[in-house]
Amino acid sequence: MAPALLQKQFESVLGGPLDWQARPAPEVVRTGIPEVDAAIGGLPRGALTEIYGPASSGRTSLFFGILAAATERGEFCALVDAEDAFDPASAAQAGVRLERLVWIRSAHNAEHALKAADLLIQGGGFGMVAMDLGDTPAATARRISLTSWFRLRRAVEHTPTVLVTVARQSNAKTCASLAIECARERTAWSGAPGTSRLLRGIRVRAKSIERSKVCSPVFTAAAL
Amino acid sequence: MFACLYGSGPLTALAFEFSPTVERTAPDTVTFDAAGLDRLFGAAQDLAAAMVRRAAETGCQANLALAANPDTAVCAARGFAGVSIVPEGDEAKYLGRLPLALLAPTPELQETLERWGIRRFQDLAALPPLGIAERLGPEGLRLRELARGEAERKLAPEAEPLRFADEIELEYPVDLLEPLAFLLARLLNGLATRLATRALATDELRLRLKLESRATDERTLRLPVPALDPKAFLKLLQLDLAAHPPLAPVVHVWLAMNPVKPRAAQNGLFIPLAPEPVKLELTLARIKSIVGEDRVGSPELLDTHRPGAFRQKGDRRIFPAKAAAFDGGDGRRKNASVPLLALRVFRPPRAAQVTLASGQPGFLAAEGIRGKVLEFAGPWRTSGDWWTTDPWSRDEWDIALSDGALYRIYCSPRGWFVEGSYD
Repeated sequence: MAPALLQKQFESVLGGPLDWQARPAPEVVRTGIPEVDAAIGGLPRGALTEIYGPASSGRTSLFFGILAAATERGEFCALVDAEDAFDPASAAQAGVRLERLVWIRSAHNAEHALKAADLLIQGGGFGMVAMDLGDTPAATARRISLTSWFRLRRAVEHTPTVLVTVARQSNAKTCASLAIECARERTAWSGAPGTSRLLRGIRVRAKSIERSKVCSPVFTAAAL
Repeated sequence: MFACLYGSGPLTALAFEFSPTVERTAPDTVTFDAAGLDRLFGAAQDLAAAMVRRAAETGCQANLALAANPDTAVCAARGFAGVSIVPEGDEAKYLGRLPLALLAPTPELQETLERWGIRRFQDLAALPPLGIAERLGPEGLRLRELARGEAERKLAPEAEPLRFADEIELEYPVDLLEPLAFLLARLLNGLATRLATRALATDELRLRLKLESRATDERTLRLPVPALDPKAFLKLLQLDLAAHPPLAPVVHVWLAMNPVKPRAAQNGLFIPLAPEPVKLELTLARIKSIVGEDRVGSPELLDTHRPGAFRQKGDRRIFPAKAAAFDGGDGRRKNASVPLLALRVFRPPRAAQVTLASGQPGFLAAEGIRGKVLEFAGPWRTSGDWWTTDPWSRDEWDIALSDGALYRIYCSPRGWFVEGSYD
């Protein structure tokens, strides 16, 4: 029997035409930041999400928000820290439950970081695996081949794990299902120059690119 | 047939190697059921030879006796040096020359028998039972039965101690990890099977390697939860051996597992995702072999105001063994929907040269950072641990540099440093 005929028979039984090529939408998890959640809907499970931007652009604040939300949900998370830049005190203040986090410091070696992330994904059971390449020199990060990113994407596929990378620029390219570009719009200082002042926070624009859908939510990261 | 060992050394362990029914008759006497061993070892002489050989190997110094009943075996082992095989039916004749003191009669009974001139087994065995019963009572009759080798009783067996250890003596030294892994796999599989038959698991593996240099390499592998997966155990041992290889070729392998009750965990639909503990242990061991032992673990803040004080829990139980439903948090942040400005730290802090203008930072130069200070907040003066030998004090500044980034810098007695960047 011809496939077209079979399809027609199925559709007549099911009561309407079906989109046979459509894939089910991935499950998403909230980022913990209402403005970002409202705009992009959340981070997809079983896919690679890339957060990037220059230094002091708010990417780490966004990432800590995501990590805090994941650990608040009771999930176990793993952070592969390529440049040993993770500050546990800052993360704890942001709401990250440190007892639910495995922190791997790969001693300024991006290749080791990739291997560690791969092993963590293969091991399974993590709600989130994150790789922080935020302070890795751009040239080193660019040297990571697309094949490596593709392998990570394949490893995380069909798992309930959210894979997140933080970097200075977009490295994973098409391997990332969601890319969020952070840019600092404004820095808030209290008090007049020359007097006793306080760093109050930064205003961040998070431009999200997901399958040609672009949105730019803005959130504020407040200093403690 | 029954066998008795009388002497010193690990007698009970030796007896358990030959029989599951072992009675610890006295601290220096062990009696065990040897029925059926003739099918394994052949005649009684061959069985005795095998036992003597094994006793020498295990360091036992004992007399051995084989007899048709346990008490005869005990008397023969205590009375004759070396190996005694008491022929069935000739017990009275065989034991006849032994002194009565071996039967440990009560002092009154011994005195009476002494007065009668009864000093050896054969003297007591020759007396008529009716007369003994009339004059000495049931105790006298029991002694007569023992002296004639006719006493029958059942053994009071001792439970076999649960020891899960095995060893292999190698014919030639092994200096590569791969052939050693084969031997370990054999030991692990055997021990895991023995544990499984008793519905047990293990939470600790102890490996002892005797080296060609006569040194001993001992290592202990502790598991986060009880498990029984020989493949995972083998991989963990392999990774440990690869990370810390023995210093010389191995000539003897001894492996033991600590028996514990298996972990009983009930999974549920509403329990969050958690890594399987043994798999996590294996994954972390693999990662440790890549990045280093002390670079993997769960971060933990220390109870101090010293900046950057933390430790990494890299030991067992990184995560709670039982993934319980989450309690909803402790409310450490009141307004969790507003993200906090995060700090990325430089480890170690970067030494900086700061040009001051009117006592405030005006220009900063450090490794990879250089620029004019556009905005600043501070100084925030902190100090602590002045009562210890390692005090600290610093003046902190938050600065916006002309390179577009926000930094936290501080001035300590050792100079200026960039602690990290706000991001």
